[in-house]
Amino acid sequence: MWRDYLFARSVDEALELLARHEGQARLIAGGTDLVLQCQRGECSAQVLVDVTQIPGMERIEERDGSIILGAGVTHALAASSALLRLKAPLLSEACRVIGGPQVRNLGTLAGNLVAALPAADASLALIALDGEAEIVSPDGRRWVPLSDFHTGVGLCRLDPTREVMTTLRFSAFGSDYRAAQERLARRKVHALPIMNVAALAAVREGRFADVRIVVAPVAPTPLRLRRCEELLEGREATSEAIREAADLAVSLVHPRDSLLRGSGEYRQALAGVMVRRALERVAGIAPSDRAVA
Amino acid sequence: MALLSMTVNGKPVSLEVEPDEFLADVLRDRLGLIGTKIGCREGECGACTVLVDGDAILSCIHPALKAEGRSVLTIEGLTREGKLDVVQQAFVDAAAAQCGYCTPGFVMVVKALLDRNPHPTVAEIEEALAGNLCRCTGYYQIKEAVQLAVERLAAGGGP
Repeated sequence: MWRDYLFARSVDEALELLARHEGQARLIAGGTDLVLQCQRGECSAQVLVDVTQIPGMERIEERDGSIILGAGVTHALAASSALLRLKAPLLSEACRVIGGPQVRNLGTLAGNLVAALPAADASLALIALDGEAEIVSPDGRRWVPLSDFHTGVGLCRLDPTREVMTTLRFSAFGSDYRAAQERLARRKVHALPIMNVAALAAVREGRFADVRIVVAPVAPTPLRLRRCEELLEGREATSEAIREAADLAVSLVHPRDSLLRGSGEYRQALAGVMVRRALERVAGIAPSDRAVA
Repeated sequence: MALLSMTVNGKPVSLEVEPDEFLADVLRDRLGLIGTKIGCREGECGACTVLVDGDAILSCIHPALKAEGRSVLTIEGLTREGKLDVVQQAFVDAAAAQCGYCTPGFVMVVKALLDRNPHPTVAEIEEALAGNLCRCTGYYQIKEAVQLAVERLAAGGGP
């Protein structure tokens, strides 16, 4: 596998180490995905550059109404952070269901994003939160909207052989915002989702505002259901409106047949059910069917 | 080879390792600490769990060099002067092992849980155990062992 394992003590040093190895080195954070890829021969990096010792990589703070996270915040830190539980419960709850406890102690938000698996729990939440990532490359810094970050299965707008994700940011939840994640997997722990839905909205005087719905895996990348969001914007938060949005969701998703996850037809119907349940929770209305445990 | 310096069970250790060696192999093959078991080698089963700076991690997918400068605790580090740790004794008394292969991993996650949260709820216990597989016990005796350890800690610590 890799022939050298190096620690970067700063972002500049990480960039320098990557540049020096000209595409042969890549970043590692928790390594819970990357190590397995290396073992399967899916990662040809000769040198791993560990970024978890860079100061500030684990910070969690609120500044001027925005939540600012170091890219190396682990799932365990995100799940247990009092600030995130209050201001971004969608993210802290998503991080509680990733892998098992030992994986959450090492796996990071940046790693979850860069691994770019289409149903990744933290990625879905961060996309629903309209999150952005700061990426630093030898050419400079840029902020990339996470809704536009993934480009395919395992592919994203960050080159881990020359760039570093340093910071994540998104607006803190207002008091009238609610969010819900619906996740169906064969078992609760250590199981990839058959279907995963994250929904978020403000409910003001009984009406939906700022609706965001993300569904995965129904495409190579997490899918924002923007037409459903537009349909609900300003509408009364009623069962009828939610049912219309769920029906529309079914027509917008085209999951493929999967030996692991079930047939495309089944999962297309499932997406509608789970979008409906998530929106019912967001609207604070009783589920229109009995929840399956 | 690369130099790895860490603390293992309270003792400073420096040794040469291959850059792509895993912590589980260094503990078992170079340091002789074979209490840490390797089950799946892909981070699914939890048998290889050890604590790094108090956090439970999967040593079979943890690059050994990632432990540089850290404090590692293995099952061997729990026993003091021949006396079992309260968690170990509770596993014995609750008969929470059958084949025993998964037991060191379970004991370590319970140790990590109780160090941080000496009065866990049943849900918190189940969440802490969720990353470890046991194919013999059906988990009931394991949960009883955790409850027993919690009771003994509350009553003053010793088994």
